[in-house]
Amino acid sequence: MTTRRDFIKTSGFLVVGFSVAGVGNEIPLLAQGPGPYPDLDFRQLDSWIVIRQDNTATFFVGKTDLGQGTGTAFRQIMADELDMPYDSTSCVMGTTDVTVDQGGSGGSDALQTDGYPMRRVAAEARRVLLELAAARFGVPVGQLVVTDGVVSVAADPSKKVTYGELIGGKRFNVTLTGNNINATTGTAPLKDVQQFKVVGTSPQRYDIPPKVDGSLKWAVDAKVPGMVHARNVKPPFAGAKLVSIDESSVKGVPGFLKVVSRGNYVAVVCEREEQAIQAARQLKVNWQKPATAPFPTSENLFNFMRSATPTFSAMPTVVGNPDGALKGAAKVLEATYEIPFQGHTAIGPAHAMADPSNDQLTIYSNDMKSYGLRDGVAEFLKMPRDRVRVVWMEGPQAYGRTAADDAGFEAAFLAKELGRPVRVQWMRNEETAWDTKGPAFAVRVRGGLDAQGNLVAFEYDARSADFNHLGYNEHDTVLISQLMGNRREMPARGSAAAPSEMYAIPNRRMALHVVSLPLVWETPLRTGNLRDPNGPQATFASESFIDELAAAANADPVEFRMKLLQAAPDDDSGFKRARSIACIKAAVEAFKWDTRPSPKRAANGDVLTGRGIAYTYRSQTVVAQIAEVEVNRRTGRVWVKRLVCAHDCGLIINPEGLRRTIEAGLLYGLSRALHEEVSFDTEKVTSVDWVSSPTLTHADCPESIEVVLVNGDPNPKRSDLPHYGAGETMLKPTLAAIGNAVFDATGVRLRRVPFRNARVLAALKAAQV
Amino acid sequence: MANISLRVNGKSHTVDVDPATPLLYVLRNDLDLQGPRFGCGLGQCGACTVIIKGEAVRSCIRPVSTVQGAEITTLEGLAVNGKLHPLQQAWIDEQVPACGFCQNGQIMTAKALLDKNPTPTDAQIRQGMASTLCRCMTYYRIQSAIKLAAKTITSARNEDSEQKGSEVIA
Repeated sequence: MTTRRDFIKTSGFLVVGFSVAGVGNEIPLLAQGPGPYPDLDFRQLDSWIVIRQDNTATFFVGKTDLGQGTGTAFRQIMADELDMPYDSTSCVMGTTDVTVDQGGSGGSDALQTDGYPMRRVAAEARRVLLELAAARFGVPVGQLVVTDGVVSVAADPSKKVTYGELIGGKRFNVTLTGNNINATTGTAPLKDVQQFKVVGTSPQRYDIPPKVDGSLKWAVDAKVPGMVHARNVKPPFAGAKLVSIDESSVKGVPGFLKVVSRGNYVAVVCEREEQAIQAARQLKVNWQKPATAPFPTSENLFNFMRSATPTFSAMPTVVGNPDGALKGAAKVLEATYEIPFQGHTAIGPAHAMADPSNDQLTIYSNDMKSYGLRDGVAEFLKMPRDRVRVVWMEGPQAYGRTAADDAGFEAAFLAKELGRPVRVQWMRNEETAWDTKGPAFAVRVRGGLDAQGNLVAFEYDARSADFNHLGYNEHDTVLISQLMGNRREMPARGSAAAPSEMYAIPNRRMALHVVSLPLVWETPLRTGNLRDPNGPQATFASESFIDELAAAANADPVEFRMKLLQAAPDDDSGFKRARSIACIKAAVEAFKWDTRPSPKRAANGDVLTGRGIAYTYRSQTVVAQIAEVEVNRRTGRVWVKRLVCAHDCGLIINPEGLRRTIEAGLLYGLSRALHEEVSFDTEKVTSVDWVSSPTLTHADCPESIEVVLVNGDPNPKRSDLPHYGAGETMLKPTLAAIGNAVFDATGVRLRRVPFRNARVLAALKAAQV
Repeated sequence: MANISLRVNGKSHTVDVDPATPLLYVLRNDLDLQGPRFGCGLGQCGACTVIIKGEAVRSCIRPVSTVQGAEITTLEGLAVNGKLHPLQQAWIDEQVPACGFCQNGQIMTAKALLDKNPTPTDAQIRQGMASTLCRCMTYYRIQSAIKLAAKTITSARNEDSEQKGSEVIA
């Protein structure tokens, strides 16, 4: 098999083994060179784009697709800049030795940031191809036209040549410039967005057919000759120390190969998968409990967080005179909001396979940050970086989980220990208990209204339980490394987050603190980048409290927000406010919002209905969301019957793909609002499966979800309309929209997520609803 | 270890494994049928679903020895002569999957549901699919795709019976 690198080195190729459709079984084979695996040079056009003699193109990008259709979108924007038909392109992502290091995925930046170098290199390839055609026909470039990868002379269309005929099988040999990979550029300008033909249409995602017919090979399916299976044996108590292992307890397990342990890390390796599972269950290990409790119980978490001395406090952001304004306010409100730890709980637990052949290390992984995994493993195992490569393959919902890719590090370690390929996979109880967690937040908010009901002061004071929160596969943030005793000098301090400050409130204070639980290392409450890492927490507190203030002012919740967005036009947030207003208006119109203060007047019957709005701004993407809920006052069940989401992410690459990403993201926000919470006692996490860690199901799905795609740019037809991110913002306001709707229905304010039936019922009963 | 005979997607296989091995590992590791996937090993999420005698079965908790001789269908066996099952086609038409990891379970559970009840109501779909989990939360489009597939299947049946009917008359 010819590798991509071989191809790049030599001029001829026909053997690159993947189809134009773009995905499939062949991609891992593509990466079977013997190594070493130095980084590709991002300043070489050939590192990004290959054009074949049959006039098809493959784009090599350093991002990964978490199931949001980014690969399809990359093909669209690059096909458009290159002037090739979408169907003649394919895309290879995330495999470290064949794609440039764009960092993998995270922060919803795939299009917002990385889309630009992709566009620029595609535009540069088009420029170079036009120059080649001009030389061939002996006419200036200005006299050429290009359509669907065919260049012709405008005055004599019989003179034409395909890109494949111009360059196919040969290198571009064009050096690009740029101080870093995001700045990569040639000399060709980008197209005006009005010239795009593929962008703005909705080609179907190329990865879906092989996902529904069973033909796609995922990272869980990776298999090589001689591969064996490993399972971990986790400490039964957080912070436990390994005292001894009785290997004789598993000697009789068929296929047993080895117990591997270092520090507090223990794994068993067997020939077959079910044998490894059996051996891991059967292995007798003597653990010593820690002298002090590693954490409070989940019931006592918020009391603990409020009374703890912060390990870090940011300098508060202060505007105006919040203390004075609160003192002089006609009405002052104060409230506390609580968001527990929520787990990633991927549908498939952590897994990876590592092959130590040829004195290299190849890791087959679904790691969203595959380049970070390569770097982290090299550091962890003290190997030169160019002897480690990660072959990126599809995997279960990552959304931040693989930014601490435990299984990838474990497979790499075990493969080196065994000297043969090892596949490792976590069991469900391990994954749910020990995966990375979204930080818990306790937020105190105060607000002051003047006699006319204007919001004159706002104070936000957040404490987050957040530590060791790095999330780029630094080896000492990964569990196996911590269990082996690796420590950085200081735990990464994490961060609390402030809400987006779009509202014009004359006097405000934002204070952010981080608190630590007693156990900092080797903890199952290790935090990580749970989708939109701190956004849902901060936005739940702030957008719920804005709703409280609106109710206290006897104002309609939409009108109250609009007033805050229209004020103070002289500051530099005008662009953001204009887009915010457009989004809120679009949601209100689609929902047919009835203007009135909340709550609704009391109704009879078991089921109370209400509507609530919440809005957010995240890294230039705007979302306004309205939820309609039914609250059953006998059972406490909250059912979101209808969700309307207005969404502005600038230039839309693939509208149908975007709609689906938003719909699913909304439901994910709904799951975090209604169900998700990590439970623990003072020794261990007790959320271990789908019963003890409930999630949204088909039965909870709203009757209707309406997504309204908005272009609220003050200059909507600008030729450089940016493409902003769309992977996370949609779920940021969902918790607050639902809480606000519940308040509208019942008059009861829910200040603690999730809104599980028992908790809602207790709140309703306490308020005599 | 023991020799176990299995019939999967119309083909016969014999494997030498511990009879208590869950069917899932045999399908994935011995027969290279990797459509069914490990999600929980507890029968709670549905990612491992296969169809046995018309029932959606969670292969992660079904000992391989108990399904000897039974006709087992996996995701790979749904297409007939290269033509996708209407559910698979509906999944593409509706562009259902996000990451797609759970979709084996969604499609196979929906297949068993429609085989028993070709015209389910919305409530029956929600109920019938309630214990098949998706962490990307593609539920909304899954439900649309099931309805779309139900229509395709029903209209194909109607056409089929109309044709048969006209043959009888002729």
